[in-house]
Amino acid sequence: MAKKQTVSFTLNGTQVDVVVEPRELLIHSLREKLQHTGPHIGCETSHCGACTVDIDGMSVKSCTVLTVQCQDAEVLTIEGFEQGGELHALQEGFTQEHGLQCGYCTPGMITRAYRLLKENPSPSEEEIRYWMAGNLCRCTGYQNIVKAVQYAANKLSSASA
Amino acid sequence: MIPREFDYHAPQSIPDALGLLAQFGDEAKLLAGGHSLLPMMKLRLAEPGHLIDLGRIRELQGIREDGDTLRIGAMTTENQLIWSQLLQDKCPLLVEGARLISDPQVRYKGTIGGDISHGDPANDHPALMLALGASYVLQSASGERVVSADDFFVGMYDTLLQPDEIMTEIRIPAPAQGTGYCYAKLKRKVGDFATAAAAVTLRMQGETVQEVAIALTNVGACALRAREAEDALRGKTLDDAALAEAARLAMSICDPVEDQRGDVEYKTAMAGEMTRRALSTANSRATH
Ligand SMILES: Cc1cc2nc3c(=O)[nH]c(=O)nc-3n(C[C@H](O)[C@H](O)[C@H](O)COP(=O)(O)OP(=O)(O)OC[C@H]3O[C@@H](n4cnc5c(N)ncnc54)[C@H](O)[C@@H]3O)c2cc1C
Ligand code: FES
Ligand code: FES
Repeated sequence: MAKKQTVSFTLNGTQVDVVVEPRELLIHSLREKLQHTGPHIGCETSHCGACTVDIDGMSVKSCTVLTVQCQDAEVLTIEGFEQGGELHALQEGFTQEHGLQCGYCTPGMITRAYRLLKENPSPSEEEIRYWMAGNLCRCTGYQNIVKAVQYAANKLSSASA
Repeated sequence: MIPREFDYHAPQSIPDALGLLAQFGDEAKLLAGGHSLLPMMKLRLAEPGHLIDLGRIRELQGIREDGDTLRIGAMTTENQLIWSQLLQDKCPLLVEGARLISDPQVRYKGTIGGDISHGDPANDHPALMLALGASYVLQSASGERVVSADDFFVGMYDTLLQPDEIMTEIRIPAPAQGTGYCYAKLKRKVGDFATAAAAVTLRMQGETVQEVAIALTNVGACALRAREAEDALRGKTLDDAALAEAARLAMSICDPVEDQRGDVEYKTAMAGEMTRRALSTANSRATH
């Protein structure tokens, strides 16, 4: 068996160490070893985006990244969004605009939308649809997801104005 | 879906990576963005004993202009290509092509070098490279060689890359100002590989075709250069008859595999249609 190794990274602002075989996928370390079950496993084949997390400023499908690749990285998951009992603007947007039904895709959607709004604080509807295309939703028909992202964009830009 | 066991190495420099390749030989695989390799390893279609991660090697990243040549580090990601003002100004075809690859998450990780090295006929960069007249820098412990995109693709998952070599850089002669371009890609849905696609660069002189390159994605064992179609167009006016003849000649070299994206006849017809559309759009963007 390939030797296990300790991988250290920052998870939602907290330093964590996890002992893994090199072949362990990040989604499994997060869910099974670090008890962060927000990122979901939808397809396990890099298609659905339910497992999306943010690594060093990039939205990444954590079913297609090895944990050993994350040494010294900054990882953000949906668990890191609420601050001091207050929902993030995106979480509020998904609630207010009814951006979810079953909620399975939602952690991935919100984590992806977070990076999109960092890169482009006021995206057009077309830009939202293009840059959110890596996240599939089987329930909503996407209309309200677009509105939820727009809600958050408005709230965040008026907060920073 | 978990890969077979392997040892993981994360070298910090090209010489260190080459040393590991020399040490482990056929047992080793290079890991770039991992978005072709890791899915294959999860399915156990690839079972390397050693994985050499290129992700920590700074020298393999970045886009720069060197005289008339655009030099792109092999580990440059698709999103970095899309967001490059230099490429938008000097080589918009590459930006247009990268925008049509997969989805945002895949584009944060997937690299231009990995897309080319993989040798998958469904990947989009190979045809873009053929249409742009690119060349690749391949480095091994015994030195480096530069090979042209036209020679590089040998067959399905088969390229000139040797097991002890790393692709370090992609070199693209910056297309002359006024060059028309287009990547026309037919896909069933966002994020899908091409049913068929055509990459075109085009220089016009008045209404006459001065220079043209046409390359096709996913209709053969590797990306195909449609040379007969190019020859037929040089010196001609790009009217409907010329476009139809170019499409016919492009279709004549297609040899696609039937799969869930369509049968042989359909894919071949779509390669013809993509050729026609790419030529028309390139013509509308070219300086006359
Ligand atoms: C859902 C999904 C959809 C996709 N759709 C498309 C699409 O529409 N179009 C498209 O073009 N691609 C598509 N891809 C593939 C994606 O673009 C891959 O990222 C790309 O094919 C491989 O690049 P990589 O950096 O991920 O390489 P890896 O997966 O890390 O490596 C691929 C192969 O190349 C070798 N290699 C990598 N870098 C080098 C190097 N510098 N020197 C020598 N060998 C090297 C590796 O050893 C490996 O054998 C898709 C992938 C997914 C998961
Ligand atoms: S579970 Fe990772 S993309 Fe679907
Ligand atoms: S809310 Fe059910 S999958 Fe999106």
